[in-house]
Amino acid sequence: MGLLSKKDRKLILDPLADDNPITIQVLGICSALAITAQLKASIVMTISVIFVLGLGNVVISLIRNIIPSKIRIIVQLTVVAALVIIVDQVLKAFSYQLSKELGAFIGLIITNCIIMGRFEAFALGNGPWKSFLDGIGNALGYGVILIIVGFFRELLGSGTLLGYKVLGDPITKTGVYAFGYENNGFMLLAPMALIVVGIIIWVQRSRNKALIED
Amino acid sequence: MSNKTDSNLYTLLFAIGMVIVVGTLLAFVSASLRPNIDENKRIEKQQNILYAMGVNENDEGSVTFVADNKVGEEFSKFITKQLVITNDVEVKEDDNAYLIDIKKEQTNAKEGKERRLPLFIGTKEGKTFYIAPIRGKGLWDAVWAYVAMDENMVVQGAYFDHKGETAGLGANIKERFFMDDFKDEHLLNASGKFVGINISKSNGDPLNNDKKDNEVDAIAGATITGDGVAAMIKSELKLYVPYFKTLKK
Repeated sequence: MGLLSKKDRKLILDPLADDNPITIQVLGICSALAITAQLKASIVMTISVIFVLGLGNVVISLIRNIIPSKIRIIVQLTVVAALVIIVDQVLKAFSYQLSKELGAFIGLIITNCIIMGRFEAFALGNGPWKSFLDGIGNALGYGVILIIVGFFRELLGSGTLLGYKVLGDPITKTGVYAFGYENNGFMLLAPMALIVVGIIIWVQRSRNKALIED
Repeated sequence: MSNKTDSNLYTLLFAIGMVIVVGTLLAFVSASLRPNIDENKRIEKQQNILYAMGVNENDEGSVTFVADNKVGEEFSKFITKQLVITNDVEVKEDDNAYLIDIKKEQTNAKEGKERRLPLFIGTKEGKTFYIAPIRGKGLWDAVWAYVAMDENMVVQGAYFDHKGETAGLGANIKERFFMDDFKDEHLLNASGKFVGINISKSNGDPLNNDKKDNEVDAIAGATITGDGVAAMIKSELKLYVPYFKTLKK
């Protein structure tokens, strides 16, 4: 990381832990609940958000001085929507299979409040390079939580990871299922995602008391 | 923000300019990528049809289609006839039947117009497959399938797909463990009447050993998607029954 100054490094690393968009700022919860039933979906969503947020922050930052403040939210929304549509079309033309996997997430990316939040809170007031780092950092911070939640939900809910049956086969009763273990179907439903996020928040705040609000 | 950008005129001009720029950009992207996207869709349809009749490169648990660059060749090799059925039993051959848009045909039927039913006949290792494309509704959006049958309307293979079912739940209809259950499953009941295939949560047959019960095991947490798939099979494949009856004569 010799490339980055100390301040720049902070932009990337802070959102990963102490200023995490999900567990500290409590943004982007809806998509975190919706798509984390599978690890793979979490990873794909993470990559898409890294791309859209990194690029979107740069675009907003470049035009920050000419955006009329009265309609800035609409301008931001247009930028995200346009970026997402372009990404969608390019994927459809050059990587059709991937675009089908992403299909369900396209709409979710546009409505992800982390993206609008970073545009509004950071890109409007900072230069393109800093905004880019901030975008990448926040997307990564979002992704880390998504992947942790996805990991536990898929493992405990379906007994698989990335589709591989790591715990054995529940129907023919091999692996741990031979000892009477059962998948917890509850884990696949959205409320359990919220509980997993809650546990992450608990662990994080127990380790770092400074994060606890009154 | 400077004062300049706060004036109404500036705001209005900016909005107009933004719309023009973004609109042009999107139109340009869409128009220039259109041929590629259409080609991908065509390839996908051929891959899906071949998949249903068992022409694919699956290994144990994966869903792997015939490679993009080979699909045209394989399609003309395995698919011997493409039919368009109208008025239940009037059959016409049409080499582009696979491009028929099922959604449009369904809308036509709803408006009281004629509905064309495409059916693809494939031959593999001396066996004949009848592959029907069908379309219905899942929980969030459209679900569709290509179902390969033999002349007795026993399913020989199926490929399911969806637009936006929940990942990890309804989206699992396109996984092998669900699709493979349909193989050898009967669409007709013991007395030869069309009943479709029910997606059952309570048939006590999770391994799907009973192929004549007109039921496959449902996916936990995907009730509405499963119901949608069952309803689609029932209403859409039923339309092909008159044609299959003519095969018996």
